[in-house]
Amino acid sequence: MATVTMPQLGESVTEGTIIAWLKQPGDPVALDDSLCEIETEKVTAELPSQFEGTMGEILVPQGETVEVGMALCTVLEGAPGAAPSPNGHAKAAAPGAWSGGPMAIPPDEEAPAPAVTVATAPAPARAAATPVAGVTRKPDNRERFYSPVVMRLAQEHALDLSTLHGSGIGGRVTRKDVEAAIAQPPAARTTTDRTAGAPTVALPAQQRSAGAYVAVPLSATRRTIAENLKRSNLEAPQAWTMVEADVTPLVNLRAQEKDRFLKQEGVELTLLPYFTAAVCETLREFPMLNARWEGDELRHYQALDIGIAVASEHGLVVPVVHNAGDLSIAGLAKRIADLAQRAHARKLRIEDIEGGTFTVNNTGSFGSIASKPIVNYPQVAIVTMERVVKRPVARDDDAIAVRSMMNVCLSFDHRAMDGLEAGGFLAALKRRLEAIA
Amino acid sequence: MTATRTRRTRSRETIEDYLLSEQQLEDMYYHMLLARRLNERMLALNRQGRAPFVIAGAGQEAAQVGAAMALKKGEDYVAPYYRDLGVNLVLGMTAREAMLNLLGKRDDPNSHGKQMPSHWGNVSRRIVTQSSVVTTQFLHATGIGLAAKLRKDPIVVLTSCGEGSTSKGDFHEALNFSAIHKLPVIFFVENNGYAITESNEKEMPVPNVADRARGYGIQSAMVDGMDCIAVYQTVRPAVDQARRGGGPFLIEAKCYRLWPHSSDDDDSRYRPKKELEEWIKKDPLTLFRSRVEDDGIFPREDLDEIEKRVEEEVRDAAQWAMMQPDPLPEDALTYVYRELS
Amino acid sequence: MTTMTVIEAVRSTLDEEMARDDRIFIIGEDVEAGGVFRATDGLHAKYNDRVIDSPLAESSIIGISIGAAHYGLRPVAEIQFADFIHSGFDQLCSEASRWCYRTNGDAYLPMVVRTPWGGGVHGGQHHSQSIEAYYAHMPGIKVVAPAFPADFRSLLKASIADPNPVLFLEHKRIYRLIKQEMEGAPAETQLSRARVTRKGTDLTIFAYGFMLHESLNAAETLSGEGVDCMVVDLLTLNPLDKETVLESAKATGKVLIVHEDTLTGGLGGEISAIIAEEAFEYLDAPIKRLAAPDVPPMPYHHAMEDFFMPNREKIAAAARALAAY
Repeated sequence: MATVTMPQLGESVTEGTIIAWLKQPGDPVALDDSLCEIETEKVTAELPSQFEGTMGEILVPQGETVEVGMALCTVLEGAPGAAPSPNGHAKAAAPGAWSGGPMAIPPDEEAPAPAVTVATAPAPARAAATPVAGVTRKPDNRERFYSPVVMRLAQEHALDLSTLHGSGIGGRVTRKDVEAAIAQPPAARTTTDRTAGAPTVALPAQQRSAGAYVAVPLSATRRTIAENLKRSNLEAPQAWTMVEADVTPLVNLRAQEKDRFLKQEGVELTLLPYFTAAVCETLREFPMLNARWEGDELRHYQALDIGIAVASEHGLVVPVVHNAGDLSIAGLAKRIADLAQRAHARKLRIEDIEGGTFTVNNTGSFGSIASKPIVNYPQVAIVTMERVVKRPVARDDDAIAVRSMMNVCLSFDHRAMDGLEAGGFLAALKRRLEAIA
Repeated sequence: MTATRTRRTRSRETIEDYLLSEQQLEDMYYHMLLARRLNERMLALNRQGRAPFVIAGAGQEAAQVGAAMALKKGEDYVAPYYRDLGVNLVLGMTAREAMLNLLGKRDDPNSHGKQMPSHWGNVSRRIVTQSSVVTTQFLHATGIGLAAKLRKDPIVVLTSCGEGSTSKGDFHEALNFSAIHKLPVIFFVENNGYAITESNEKEMPVPNVADRARGYGIQSAMVDGMDCIAVYQTVRPAVDQARRGGGPFLIEAKCYRLWPHSSDDDDSRYRPKKELEEWIKKDPLTLFRSRVEDDGIFPREDLDEIEKRVEEEVRDAAQWAMMQPDPLPEDALTYVYRELS
Repeated sequence: MTTMTVIEAVRSTLDEEMARDDRIFIIGEDVEAGGVFRATDGLHAKYNDRVIDSPLAESSIIGISIGAAHYGLRPVAEIQFADFIHSGFDQLCSEASRWCYRTNGDAYLPMVVRTPWGGGVHGGQHHSQSIEAYYAHMPGIKVVAPAFPADFRSLLKASIADPNPVLFLEHKRIYRLIKQEMEGAPAETQLSRARVTRKGTDLTIFAYGFMLHESLNAAETLSGEGVDCMVVDLLTLNPLDKETVLESAKATGKVLIVHEDTLTGGLGGEISAIIAEEAFEYLDAPIKRLAAPDVPPMPYHHAMEDFFMPNREKIAAAARALAAY
């Protein structure tokens, strides 16, 4: 049985309409008998049969429009040897069977040609296309062939390309490989401080001499944070502001309390729990800073889940003190100590680092007196407590006094709030810190 | 400066035999003479190394001036060819402008130094810009004729070429289309005997270009191209008829190229000296002068005075033009596209 | 909301423009009867002597358009098949393209030459050619080759409004193949603007006309394989939108240029030269060209025709190889 299809009646014509069927099922069909009348935008014509036999089934009723190539009817071939197959010739070049020649790109490059001559070298015909994903890496010398963009990015970011793993053909380092490497901040410095480590952009490798590198495998925790910081920088327009707080009474209070506290609670008393408590109280006043982006939606949270930046041997992590607002100074001190210890021991669970609504960063532990933290995406604000320094300051009565002063820095996502709220938050936080006694 | 600045007032009444007034006859002589003297001065500048290239119309002044004077200045269009200095002068080009054009100066109104000399074009004078490629302008004239007909504007287009150009396809396509649509186009062929080095017999198997009109259903005429008055008297009725909707007209003016093809050509290689000598006797300037003198239209001293005035005008134009500013080198980058307005 | 084919887009635009501006007229072979592709269907009945059948003489179609444009009208000439435009080459190259330049801007030619181009329609040697490179080489002429009906509409309007000669190329394969909802569709309203039709990060494909659609199709296939192709519709081939070309090349560092014109001297050479000159430090792979082989375009038999033309499978294969590089 042969199938008759809609012919292409004229250049650019893509469809045709059956105006009338001239043969009905069962009618005898001779070669060139008109089967039906077809109308297209360009011509109206009768369709002569290329088969001989008996009219079979009509597949497209009169009046209907179908695309070129659609089956119209069948013919039951009768007279012996009447009709050969409609298409005598072999199918034209199968996809991927292009055999190089004038085409500039060999379509399926099984074995890569030498690096610089790919452009013109005609490839021999291949039987089948190579699977795309996971290009087989071959031990050719392409691992050390760097394209212009790779060279440029490496230079701009002082990257040692030999430390990178190439995902391109023959192990070639691609632009994307370099961009991924740049997105990872350099391994955080090891520090003896229990709670430290600012998610600030570390200076790139000018500090590092060539050849002094070890390629460090990245942990999942690290990748998560790196991804968040990158997103933060790419997506959030961030503003920065700083206030100075006179924390002399707080410093005195801590000095009075610390021995008793260690004995009674079993953990050291630092300024961080006091600071965190002050942050929590201030966030209640300014809930727009206690927030997260969920897609395009900005959500203000009631619960105060405060991330505490911790610089561990394994890199910067930001474990979260959940419901920090419900905890006392002692409770905060214990929770922070516990998280920091587990961070150092790489015992943090995924829930320990998830769900933060605001981040506190004790950059003062490095001796820093001012820093510009990066908002911990998808949160909208981050605050740092800087090193407490004794300074002569002019008091309201114009007398000069030596006081314990601390800078407090705030970075915030300007999409989520304006300077009014951010400034208000910082001023209120300063008031609280200065009032602790 | 124009011919009207003479001491004697010329009559504007038509003289019967001429179909032209005294004033028109003086203008005619003035323009022919100005064209010739300019060409001579240009060639001198070329030989002095001051102008790289000259292509002239010596011997064709009568055809050019006679045809152009049949048009309505500032209304009708011309699509001339590179020898048509005479046509341009009649339509308003000054001697100074002609010299600016020769030297490719910044202020040349034709193309401001972008084209070779003698590639005319002036929008306000309705002279259509042309290239060195011959006969393309026949189709431009046809297009203008079509546009005028669509807009029902009572204008006429005169386009000209040498007989060498009539072998090109555009000649035939233009005649054919104009005839089909009865367009107001005058095809004016200045048959000067030579297409660079090739004489007429090598260019066409028929004796006259005008013979070809019949094949396109176009009216045609032949005229002595050395006789300015005869040219005017032939072109003028054709222009009037075309303006009334009578359709295109092919006119062949039989003239002669008295000079080599261009300043770069040596015509002694291919032109018989005898032939040249015969034609020099029919120089259109001599012919015109003797006729008006014999008929007593102008006294000899009047013609001498025109002669003197033209010579002064040409000398002034050359000196003035050489002192005019050249284009800036980076002007080469301007006007590739017209900005959207 | 109406759905339009390319041919309907052209026809409706001509109709609207002629109704808007009585200086516009159409001249070409068989245009009074609607043209062989029906682009001027119904216009003669509506606009009478503003739709003019020409004799079979392409030089005259273009030369007459030049004269009429100089006079102040707005001719829209039709060359029945781009393959026949070459007898008008002289008029476009020696005259139209330099009209403005050689008069220092005193004279100019607001004219459009429309012509169907391209293959894949069993048109053989002289009903299939890509002619754009000859004309894209000419300063003074604009060359436009849209791919989507909405762009045909907006760019034909822009071409008619342009005070320069515009060669408006209509790929005949997509005349009725490509349909588009006309409301809210992206449409470029200015000449010399390319458009990123599909965003992507792995490599950039430059194409125009029918090949743009084949490239988009290939990009879709590859996205299923994890390869993310940017596809740029060049839209105007002269003058090129160099800014978009460079920006989109820089974005991925891998460039594939696709055209069905033959390889040597094709537009791909120019685009790759621009990128090599001005974005060298952004390249992450050799610039690739996928073009028809250097044989006289194009063979008639469909087996040879398929072999000659680039298509979605060949584009996908080339892009795949480039992505893996």
